Amino acid sequence: MNIVIVKYNAGNIQSVLFALERIGAAATVTDDKKLIQTADKVIFPGVGEASTAMSYLKERELDKVIVGLQQPVLGICLGMQLLCEHSEENNTDCLGIFKNVMVRKFNGVNTNVKVPQVGWNNIYNLKSELFSSVDENTYCYFVHSYFAEQNPFSIAETDYIQPYSSALKKDKFYGVQFHPEKSSKAGEEILKNFLKIK
Amino acid sequence: MLTKRIIPCLDIKDGRTVKGTNFIQLRDAGNPVELAVRYCEEGADELVFLDITATTEKRKTLAKLVKEIATHINIPFTVGGGINTSEDVSVLLENGADKISVNTSAAKNPQLIDELAKNFGSQCVVVAIDAKLINHQWMVVTHGGRTPTEKLTIEWAKEVTERGAGEILLTSMENDGTKNGFAIEITKKVATAVNIPVIASGGAGKMEHFTEVFKSANADAALAASIFHFREIAIPDLKRYLYTQHIPVRI
Repeated sequence: MNIVIVKYNAGNIQSVLFALERIGAAATVTDDKKLIQTADKVIFPGVGEASTAMSYLKERELDKVIVGLQQPVLGICLGMQLLCEHSEENNTDCLGIFKNVMVRKFNGVNTNVKVPQVGWNNIYNLKSELFSSVDENTYCYFVHSYFAEQNPFSIAETDYIQPYSSALKKDKFYGVQFHPEKSSKAGEEILKNFLKIK
Repeated sequence: MLTKRIIPCLDIKDGRTVKGTNFIQLRDAGNPVELAVRYCEEGADELVFLDITATTEKRKTLAKLVKEIATHINIPFTVGGGINTSEDVSVLLENGADKISVNTSAAKNPQLIDELAKNFGSQCVVVAIDAKLINHQWMVVTHGGRTPTEKLTIEWAKEVTERGAGEILLTSMENDGTKNGFAIEITKKVATAVNIPVIASGGAGKMEHFTEVFKSANADAALAASIFHFREIAIPDLKRYLYTQHIPVRI
């Protein structure tokens, strides 16, 4: 299987590579359009800032490439947020796969809750083959200040200050807010499930 | 619900895990990779590796060790010790570290925090603060606790937050290695003063100490070393105990 990790200016790619290695899968890290378009599976990771990441993708026309992909695509963390319509992070228009889904900032000021959310939280209302053999309320590892509002594409939810959508799906596009590559056995299960999707 | 994190810390010297009392009197605690794997399987929520190797020359082996750890464990881990520049951070991240921790270098050059947050994102910048009571004031100390500074712990915690730190790892030098419990008062003050997560460190000896630091000091995570290395407290037992104390933990 030919797995490609989209290389762009948002870090944390190494952790994804190592996680795939642990489950016996090799991946190529690349920003080459052809390689991305012809891959069997595309992973779109990312930790960073939305507007900088979008500018980088646009400069290299990777935005068009990603939107046009027909094979299974997994956006992780910022990657998931960039698949949404718009992010409050520097008022950024994103790729719009998850149509009309807004990415908002956690309000830690009025709630006295720490922002970013850092740590292990549960995922529930699991609704996809991505979560086969993953139990309701399983803990996954999160690090983020922005979140996707509840929406019709939601395949998992999480509570932090309010309930929000922690995983989304549209056609063959999947997005997860948490880091499966750092979410212990549950995360490995989710990555394995993604690799099984045809 | 977001859970409270239990974080074993591995102090690394020349490639081995060591543990001392009040940062002195080191004793060997084993192979760091083996320990890391054990903690991962026991349900640790994260791991912290602090390289206390004295010389720069020997420290070059750290990247290799980080890579070996990264290939073996499936939970987040932080690496600290001797990080002075963005280049130092790049090397560690390229070898699989998720976060880095800066301490003395940040106290000497606070601008480093801004630079690292800008280059790598706040989520990967942990600022470690070592605090010591000097003339009834919680002051920041550096160089593994040997050098006093003019900084007040609370003020420094606020400043590092403003500069873009993603988390604070607060160690009380008064409590470290004593096993008499965490420094509740200063941990609570820091956890209240900043809106980023605070990891409490120093003094864990009994399971009750963890309850206390989560309930009374409102720490987001608690870090300990020797009690885990020498199997005085097993992580699964600790988590089950905390669960009975109505503290949210990942079991």
